[in-house]
Amino acid sequence: MKKQLVVIGNGMVGHHFAEQLMSSAAATEYELRIFAEEPCRAYDRVHLSEYFDHPSKTHLQLGDEDFYSKHQIQLHLAEPVTKIDRDVKKVISNSGEYVYDILVFATGSYPFVPPIPGNDQPHCLVYRTLEDLDAIQASADGAAHGVVVGGGLLGLEAAHALKKLGLESHVVEFAPRLMPVQLDTEAGTLLRRKIEDLDVGVHTSKATEQIIEGQDKRLRMCFNDGSYLETDLIVFSAGIRPQDKLAAEAGLTIGQRGGILVDSHCCSSDPHIYAIGECAVWNHQQFGLVAPGYTMARAALAHILDDRSTQFSGADMSTKLKLLGVDVGSIGDAHGTSPGALNYRYADELTGVYRKLVVSEDGKHLLGAILIGDNSFYDTLLQYALNGIELPSSPEMLILPSSTGEAVSLSSSALPTEATICSCHNVTKGNICEAIDQGAISLADIKSTTKAATGCGGCAAMAKSILDSELEKRGVHVDKSLCEHFHFTRQELFHVVKVEEIKTFDALIERHGKGGGCEICKPAVASILASVWNEHIHEPAHVALQDTNDTFMANMQKNGTYSVVPRIPGGEITPAMLISIGEVGKKYNLYTKITGGQRIDLFGATLDELPKIWEELIAAGFETGHAYGKSLRTVKSCIGDTWCRYGVQDSMSMAIRLENRYKGLRSPHKVKMAVSGCTRECAEAQSKDIGVIATEKGWNLFVCGNGGMKPRHADLFATDLDDETLIRYIDRVLMFYVYTADRLQRTSVWMESLDGGLEYLRQVVIEDRLGLAKELESRMQHVVNTYQCEWKSALQDPTKRKRFRSYVNADEPRRARIEMIEERGQMIPARQIAEEEYS
Amino acid sequence: MNSLAKTIPEWLEVCHLDDLVMGSGVAVLVKGKAVAIFAIGSNDFKLYAISHKDPFSNADVLAHGIVCEGNGVWTVASPIYKQHFRLDTGECLEDPTVTVNTWPIRLRGNLVEINTSDEVS
Ligand code: SRM
Ligand SMILES: Cc1cc2nc3c(=O)[nH]c(=O)nc-3n(C[C@H](O)[C@H](O)[C@H](O)COP(=O)(O)OP(=O)(O)OC[C@H]3O[C@@H](n4cnc5c(N)ncnc54)[C@H](O)[C@@H]3O)c2cc1C
Ligand code: SF4
Ligand code: FES
Repeated sequence: MKKQLVVIGNGMVGHHFAEQLMSSAAATEYELRIFAEEPCRAYDRVHLSEYFDHPSKTHLQLGDEDFYSKHQIQLHLAEPVTKIDRDVKKVISNSGEYVYDILVFATGSYPFVPPIPGNDQPHCLVYRTLEDLDAIQASADGAAHGVVVGGGLLGLEAAHALKKLGLESHVVEFAPRLMPVQLDTEAGTLLRRKIEDLDVGVHTSKATEQIIEGQDKRLRMCFNDGSYLETDLIVFSAGIRPQDKLAAEAGLTIGQRGGILVDSHCCSSDPHIYAIGECAVWNHQQFGLVAPGYTMARAALAHILDDRSTQFSGADMSTKLKLLGVDVGSIGDAHGTSPGALNYRYADELTGVYRKLVVSEDGKHLLGAILIGDNSFYDTLLQYALNGIELPSSPEMLILPSSTGEAVSLSSSALPTEATICSCHNVTKGNICEAIDQGAISLADIKSTTKAATGCGGCAAMAKSILDSELEKRGVHVDKSLCEHFHFTRQELFHVVKVEEIKTFDALIERHGKGGGCEICKPAVASILASVWNEHIHEPAHVALQDTNDTFMANMQKNGTYSVVPRIPGGEITPAMLISIGEVGKKYNLYTKITGGQRIDLFGATLDELPKIWEELIAAGFETGHAYGKSLRTVKSCIGDTWCRYGVQDSMSMAIRLENRYKGLRSPHKVKMAVSGCTRECAEAQSKDIGVIATEKGWNLFVCGNGGMKPRHADLFATDLDDETLIRYIDRVLMFYVYTADRLQRTSVWMESLDGGLEYLRQVVIEDRLGLAKELESRMQHVVNTYQCEWKSALQDPTKRKRFRSYVNADEPRRARIEMIEERGQMIPARQIAEEEYS
Repeated sequence: MNSLAKTIPEWLEVCHLDDLVMGSGVAVLVKGKAVAIFAIGSNDFKLYAISHKDPFSNADVLAHGIVCEGNGVWTVASPIYKQHFRLDTGECLEDPTVTVNTWPIRLRGNLVEINTSDEVS
């Protein structure tokens, strides 16, 4: 015969126990019988107040509709157990007697009603069950005024509910401040002000002596200071008491202040009887939250099933909630009672924000915290407290307002795998990652596979941010590896190259990769090598790494010919230079066009013509425009105060200076810049990776914009900079981008992928948070110092020049079977390329 | 024509070892045809000869693509629309219905030769 397992109480914890048992392998060995005092099956008491918004009992129901029938659980609704006979191991109700092998108390608690004379009249109510809410609703009918006795969490929630029922609502608290358990005086005062602003009357330090019939309203509450308050209904919310009567009568050991005494297996003084949830006390403490109750349920079940893995060893009582629309959070040792504890406090009385940190004596760990007015700080602080993560050197940063108004967040990657994310269901970051590995892609998936965020719901935001960052980590490229040859990201390879001073692709793949390389890793490594060592891309070790465009330092066009784009810094060009471009174009019969980047593109050159064309351009004073490279393209400019009547700075000179400084830089993707001479912004600087706009006092720097497929406006990064600071900041931003971006990631996408985004970039670049600024600058200076016009050096070296032969065995190249036609006076590829005559 | 080509008619000398670029390709003209020649591996390199013409763009460009290795198979990625062609068989990985021509190739001394007897016949 199956073992008889009886649970008394079908509240949140009793239900959780049933679910856990049913999902365990031992489910079939037990016959489960559950007694419920309430007339409906287990529901979500945490969200009880929602019952006023959705007056349907099934809305809050826990678990699937058919959960109990499917698992053949005997559920006795509205049948409270009235007696237990431990000698014969039986529970007795009004309608029968049932034997048990194992008995579990999950009777929860009952609302404490202070022993005030007159507290038992009609319209004196409590706030715990659906039936209580029905009673409140009925009483509110025809009432205008309601009072809640008790200014704790539940009291304030009840006051909110009364307000929503249309009553003028008041809170009467015995202590001198609201939420005395969770808040200190300052926070309590602030909360009081916020709540009063919402038209809820707050009366602290008031002890009610008696409740009598009222004159204007139904009831009158008389206080010990002689004052009184008249009201139509009273809700008592003065705390909870463990529901231990039945257990006490059965002779189980009861704690000093009530509650069934249990050990860390949730076992009572009778080895066949367990107690879990709010009816139990462990270490003389009752836990009035659902998460510890769930842990107790798992601990008890583990013990029953003879598995010692889960024990109950106390619980975190941190809470965050919105009370009447006001964010309130309390974490750990909020009152700072631990020996040596130190405080940090931030208060803004204007907007009603208060934040307090309680840290350990050595300032390294967070012990507790209080938040009023903005709970966006809660998740991060809770993780610091729960996981003992070492605090940053200035912990105040965690509660000080940032310039973006956003809370500093602990990136989910900083959390250890074993960090508990959902305390209700004991779900760790590791569990969430596993679920993602097994295919979860939404919070709904995470909820159904791990149960995270399905208890109190407090962890939902954190779970979501882990999901997002983990997905992003796997996301678009599920595998972050560069390609099959390197199981590293571009950033990792960059570090390897630098740290190990690797100078060639072959050395890198031999040490850190496998196979022969491909079109993904070869150019990426070439770009890294160029960023770090800045050697000519035609050195024999690099030559096979480049895509055609880089190999031949020209962009291949659709017919196999190439384009030629000389650099025209800032778009400024003398008539003489313009003429020499024209002459080259004419001589080689190149199609000529002004580009969108303020320079000139010559199209239709064959491989063997390229060196000749460049020889002539270089002789005329031109340099390569790197139109082929992942590198600086153009610095677009307006004419600025050189000519323009509105210009406030010399945007031309600055654009030329920037273009000449960064022209050799190899980067993860192309980089574009612009400089405008005033806010009219004729150079469209805000659509560039680096945008500079003149102000009366200097330059405003914008970063991380682009046009192209997904246009994005650049963000204002720093204002009124002088020339030198401007250059320093650009050096740092660009080098940090070169150091850390993924391949083919433009600055905008890169910046958004940084944890902390723009603000983080500011910290790195402006505040030098990583202490990298000097290195970034000197790296950039190295690139600037070692700049060479690649075309010039290629032409000087006969072996490099040898590469530019259309056919290595034929001197006389032909304009290789590419049919050209004339259009508007220039040659272009025929719209359809003719089939080869001899194939 | 030099003496080698005369003694072994089907093998044609196309270029010198020094003309090759290790790990990459060069183009040669053979009897009016553009052929792409690749030298893969550094010391113990292997030679391949495939058509220089990219069948997707009809432009003569394949010798100038990036050489790739995947699961031990060597390919070249067309520099225009990036399809991969096997160096040994000429097969296009993205579209197996497309195959470019390949030729036997060998090194004799410092000279690179390809065998064009297929077309001669
Ligand atoms: C020539 C030019 C068009 C023109 O006739 O004006 C041009 C031509 C090409 N663009 Fe562009 N882009 C040109 C200005 C732009 C601009 C406008 C600008 O720079 O002010 C943009 C949008 C602004 C931006 O980049 O933020 C632009 C956005 C792109 C993109 C999309 C980038 C993106 O992040 O979404 C590509 C594709 C890519 O880089 O991956 C691209 C790629 C190309 C390539 C390289 C495509 C290719 O692989 O063949 C074209 C060949 C250029 C060549 O052979 O020289 N081109 N391209 C312009 C050259 C500017 C120059 O002097 O260097
Ligand atoms: C309005 C409100 C808001 C809350 N908000 C939060 C929150 O935000 N976060 C949080 O963590 N917690 C919150 N709580 C507390 C949380 O609801 C409780 O911690 C949780 O419900 C405790 O579960 P339990 O199973 O121990 O007790 P209960 O859910 O109270 O279940 C006990 C059940 O046992 C039944 N029972 C008692 N005696 C018998 C008997 N003799 N025979 C049969 N059945 C019996 C009772 O009728 C009851 O249904 C809130 C509570 C309320 C009322
Ligand atoms: S931006 Fe405006 S002010 Fe500046 S140069 Fe252009 S037009 Fe003149
Ligand atoms: S912490 Fe309560 S649902 Fe996750």
